[in-house]
Parts: sequence; structure tokens; C-alpha cells
Amino acid sequence: MAQLTMIQAITDALKTEMKNDENVLVFGEDVGNNGGVFRATEGLQKEFGEDRVFDTPLAESGIGGLAIGLALQGYRPVPEIQFFGFVFEVMDSISGQMARMRFRSGGSLNSPVTIRSPFGGGVHTPEMHADSLEGLMAAQPGLKVVIPSTPYDAKGLLISAIRDNDPVIFLEHMKLYRSFRQEVPEEEYTIPLGKAEVKREGKDLTIIAYGAMVQESIKAAEELEKENYSVEVVDLRTIQPLDIETIIASVEKTGRAMVVQEAQKQAGIAASVVAEITDRAILSLEAPVLRVTAPDSVFPFSQAEQVWLPNSKDIVETAKKVLTF
Amino acid sequence: MAAKKSQQFDPVETLNTIEEKFEMVQILNEEGEIINEEADPKLSDEDLQELMSRMVYTRILDQRSISLNRQGRLGFYAPTAGQEASQLASHFALSKEDFILPGYRDVPQLIWHGWPLHQAFLFSRGHFMGNQMAEGLNILPPQIIIGAQIIQAAGVALGMQKRKKEAVAVTYTGDGGSSQGDFYEGINFAGAFRAPAIFIVQNNQYAISTPRELQTSAKTIAQKAVAAGIPGVLVDGMDPLAVYAVTRDARERAVKGDGPTLIETLCYRYGPHTMAGDDPTRYRTSDIDSEWEKKDPLVRFRKYLEAKGIWNEAKENEVIEKAKEEIKAAIKKADGAPKQKVSDLLEIMYEDVPFNVQEQLDIYKAKESK
Repeated sequence: MAQLTMIQAITDALKTEMKNDENVLVFGEDVGNNGGVFRATEGLQKEFGEDRVFDTPLAESGIGGLAIGLALQGYRPVPEIQFFGFVFEVMDSISGQMARMRFRSGGSLNSPVTIRSPFGGGVHTPEMHADSLEGLMAAQPGLKVVIPSTPYDAKGLLISAIRDNDPVIFLEHMKLYRSFRQEVPEEEYTIPLGKAEVKREGKDLTIIAYGAMVQESIKAAEELEKENYSVEVVDLRTIQPLDIETIIASVEKTGRAMVVQEAQKQAGIAASVVAEITDRAILSLEAPVLRVTAPDSVFPFSQAEQVWLPNSKDIVETAKKVLTF
Repeated sequence: MAAKKSQQFDPVETLNTIEEKFEMVQILNEEGEIINEEADPKLSDEDLQELMSRMVYTRILDQRSISLNRQGRLGFYAPTAGQEASQLASHFALSKEDFILPGYRDVPQLIWHGWPLHQAFLFSRGHFMGNQMAEGLNILPPQIIIGAQIIQAAGVALGMQKRKKEAVAVTYTGDGGSSQGDFYEGINFAGAFRAPAIFIVQNNQYAISTPRELQTSAKTIAQKAVAAGIPGVLVDGMDPLAVYAVTRDARERAVKGDGPTLIETLCYRYGPHTMAGDDPTRYRTSDIDSEWEKKDPLVRFRKYLEAKGIWNEAKENEVIEKAKEEIKAAIKKADGAPKQKVSDLLEIMYEDVPFNVQEQLDIYKAKESK
């Protein structure tokens, strides 16, 4: 088994599905000859040809429309939005069009598009690159939203996303692209969308997180272990639809929960998770369900990133409040 | 190549030269006379009669739809009278394999492409079964977001090119739609890929109430093709033969691999923007109305066919009666559609119903069975 970074695992998944299904097309800005600004599509054009891996003119809305149209001709488009902060340019194609294609055609048409896009803070980008905008996507019925936290998950989830017959937003945290390697099988495998995973088992507290915050939460859990707290970390992996079963099973076991997200607090995924827990497991709770999030400002100028982004210290601090309530 | 000296380069002159090139193509004048023999598409008598029949049928459909709407028996409706040549003569140049991405006023083309009339009525009434497209019917439901269909047309066309189909993607919008960013992205993408697409801008002079001259400083919308590096043509949108000829030519170029074309059809809608309270007297005068009514596509085509001896009042009445009967039958069929349930809608959200939707589906199904 190879030790791969997340970006390599993503390339591997794209290659796997391009081999499996000749209807899979990869396109976007600089994804062809250049292999993408992060090299996610490295080598794909050489291997599969310019007909299946191609550069588009520089216009995100056009890329979204192109994907919808290609899907109407039976293709399985996997466009890249170069940075997810650019998504505002393609909001209508995503939320107004592909998310509603099945619905607005009374179930007779579909839009099996997988939009891949890098996002996430901590890598000192200019503005509109790093924002956590997954909440916008999760609020749109018709979409599925996937955010892997490890190389292994990235490959299995991306293969599932491409095979899914509904549109999937697949968000890749830039900080995780090359931060660590993991054993990733060479053969194909899938991880079902909508299934969370317990990344670390524990008895006293459940931390629910996704994306880069999973690693921060595990770090925090290790710190808390030193003080004899046994902390479970649930990685959502798919934020829409949520895996309620796994969340509730864990909360019922530990009796205490908190949710961590890199996005700002307002109207976030964490709020949805808290609501689901109180709806379904309030009698299991020994303490309020608290959140660790970024503050409600615009994503910061890069010099302020480190103080703005939630980290393991913030998680430990809040965890203690929940544990000692 | 040496750079040109500034005094030798006159951008204003360049613009004027380009704009002058976009003269309106007309074949049949307002009197029903062929004024451009060379460009005459020379349709067979049967084809001419068929096109006339479709235009008459559609005028009747428009009149009936307006009155059904007023009676509360139809919902959303955007009147089409005045635009028959623009809509139906362009469609007449297409084949069933071609894919239509319509704007909200383009119901007639969808019907003549094979969308059953009762489904068009269900769409108007806000019933999801109206939008269920039969296998092999190459259309989308009318698009509400102005311009969204234009970038999708580039995608459909690129897909056709990759599939090596002898077919084109045809999309319609209006003069207002040509101001959208998606319009520019759509024609530019299709041009960059040399994809087989036809972009038809039905310039009916008003985007709801905003007159054409407020949309752009460009003298024509057709000339916007130049910026995308694709052919553009301005055509008399009240002239069925001219609209047919330019669309046919655009289609031929597209299937040959010569890329997309932008067509601007100069036309007019006699009615309001939609039946939802628009009052055209607030933004145009009856003088303008009657000026355009003189150009009416049915009037001039009728004159032309009558002079050829292939059309008469009896034939026209036959079409009118047929239209009325079919509309009546389609309304009856639409009346028979099952009452919509929330569970129907939840079921068509995803292929595999996710947990959150399933939970709500169970709740609504239980409610609905009471």
C-alpha cells in the first residue's frame, strides 16, 4: 500500500473513475496541461486526452453551466472551481440549477456533477480563497456536501461522489492537502456519502467535527487524555446529509457533546448538529452542547489567520467546560 | 509587426464599421412579397403550409391561454403573440435530435418539439408532472433565471460535439437576457470550444418595461457575437422566411463543425410581459403597438401563401378549429392530473432518499393517508 498525501489520493480517485467510466470528464481553470494549481489533476490530460480533461475559459458561472449541459448529454462532469471563494460567481448554476434539475424536471432529468474545490484557512491566501462556505451549500436542498479529513477518506469519498447521480460539492481543505500521508490502497474502494466515522473512541465526551477541525479535535482529545478524560471524535465526512445515527449513538454513549467547525458561528453546520442532538438525545445529555467556531467576521487578512481560526487549545478549553458542567 | 501609430488607428471608426455590417436580413416584406430572391429558402408548399399552420395554431393557443388565465384556469403565462415567426420559424429549421434550452416565453417551440400540450398547461398551473420530460424529448422546462440556459446550452453543445452527434443545442433569450453575464459566458464558451450551438436573442424591444436602448450602447445585439469570435446575424423577427433561413444556415455551420452562431430576431410582443399584472401601457404607446402590428408575421405570411394559391380562409379555419379542440382536450387532460402531495416532491429530491428527507417523507405520508 502506498503512503499518499490527500492531494495524491484525490488524483488517484479521479484516475480510478476516469478509467472506470468513459463518461467522466474533468475540466476547469488550468486543470489540463498545468494539472491544476494544486496539481490535483496532474497527469490526467496526458493519460486520458484533451477530450476528457480540458481547460475552460476563465469564468466560473460558465463552468457550472457547462457541467449541467454536459450532464444532459449523459456525461459525468467533475469540474474544479479553482478556489471555493470563487463560488459566488457560480451560485446560480449550483444552487439555482443543478441542485434543482431532478426536482424541476419532476424526477425525469438529473445532474450527476461533482464539483471539487479547495478551501480552508491557515495557508495565507489572498481574500476569497480560504473561506468556509460549506454552509451555503448545505442549506440548498438537492445538493450533497462532502468534506474529507484524511487521504484515505478523500479517495473513497470522491469515488462515491463521482458515482452519485445527484450533484455533490466536494470540498478539499488546503491545509490538509500535503500536511500528512496515510496508507491508501491502490485498488478502488468507496466510502458511502452521508456516513460519519468515529475517528477516535472515548467515553466521556463526543467532539463532532469535519475537515481540518478533525485533526485539531484529535489533538485536543490527546491533550485531554493526559488529564484522564476519554474523548470520542466523530468526523462527519458528509455535512449534508448529516449522519444522525452515528452522532446520536455517540452522544447517547458519552452524555456530553460539542461541535467544532472552522466556519464562522452564524447559521452554521455546528448549529444544525446541536439542534439535531437536542431534538433527539436531550435526555442523554449531562451538559449543554457547546460549539467551537471562528468568530462572525469576514475571513481574516492572512496575518490574523492564526488567532482567528479555531485550534486544539480552543477545543480543550471548551471541552473542559462541557466535561465539568 | 510594428505597432500602428495612434493617428492611424481610430477605434471609433472600427466600431462604426462593425456596426454598419449588421444589417437586418429580410426576405419577405410586410406586404408578403419576396424582396430577396437569392436568400429565399425555397421551402416546399407543404412546408410553407405547415409553418403557417403552426403560427396560426400558436396564435390561437396564445389567445386561449390568456383567457384561461383570466378565468383562473391557467397559472403563469407569458404571452407569445407577435413572436410567432421568431419562435416557430427558427424552430422549423431544427430536427428532433436538437436540444432546446428555452426561456420562459418559449413554450411554443417546446410544444412543436414534442412537449404534450397538457403538460405545458400543467407547467403553467404549477404541477410537477408538467415538467416530466419523456425519454428522448430533447428539451428543458422553461428557464426562469434570465440567462442560466445560455451557459447550459454551451455544455449541451459541447456534449453533442464529444458524442459526435449531428445535432445542435438551441437556446432562446430576450434583449434583456443579452445583458446578463451568463450570455457572454455562454457564447464565449461555445465559441472557444467551437461547439454546435445556436443562441437566439428574441429582441422584442422591452425587458418587461425597460426599453432595448437602455440595455446596451451596442447598435445591435447581433454584433456581440464579434467579441466572442463567432458569427452573428440580425434578422427581421417578424419575417418567417428570413428567420427560417438564418437558423437553417446556423444549424448547417454548427453540424459541420464550424461552431456556434448568435441570431438576433427583431420582433415585438403584443401582449404584456406575463399575465401576472404587467400593464404595457405604462411603458409603450399604442402608436408603437400599431407600427409593429403592421409587420405582423401571420399577416405577411398569409398574403404570401394566398398569392401562391396555397392558403385560404377555409384552410385557416380548419387549423383554428383543430387548435381549439386540442386545447380543450388538453385542458381536460390537465384537469385530470392527481393532486400534488408534499411526499411527491420529497421523493424527487434525490435518487436515493437521504435520512433527513426520509424522516419528513414518513411524516407527510402519514398525514396524507389520513
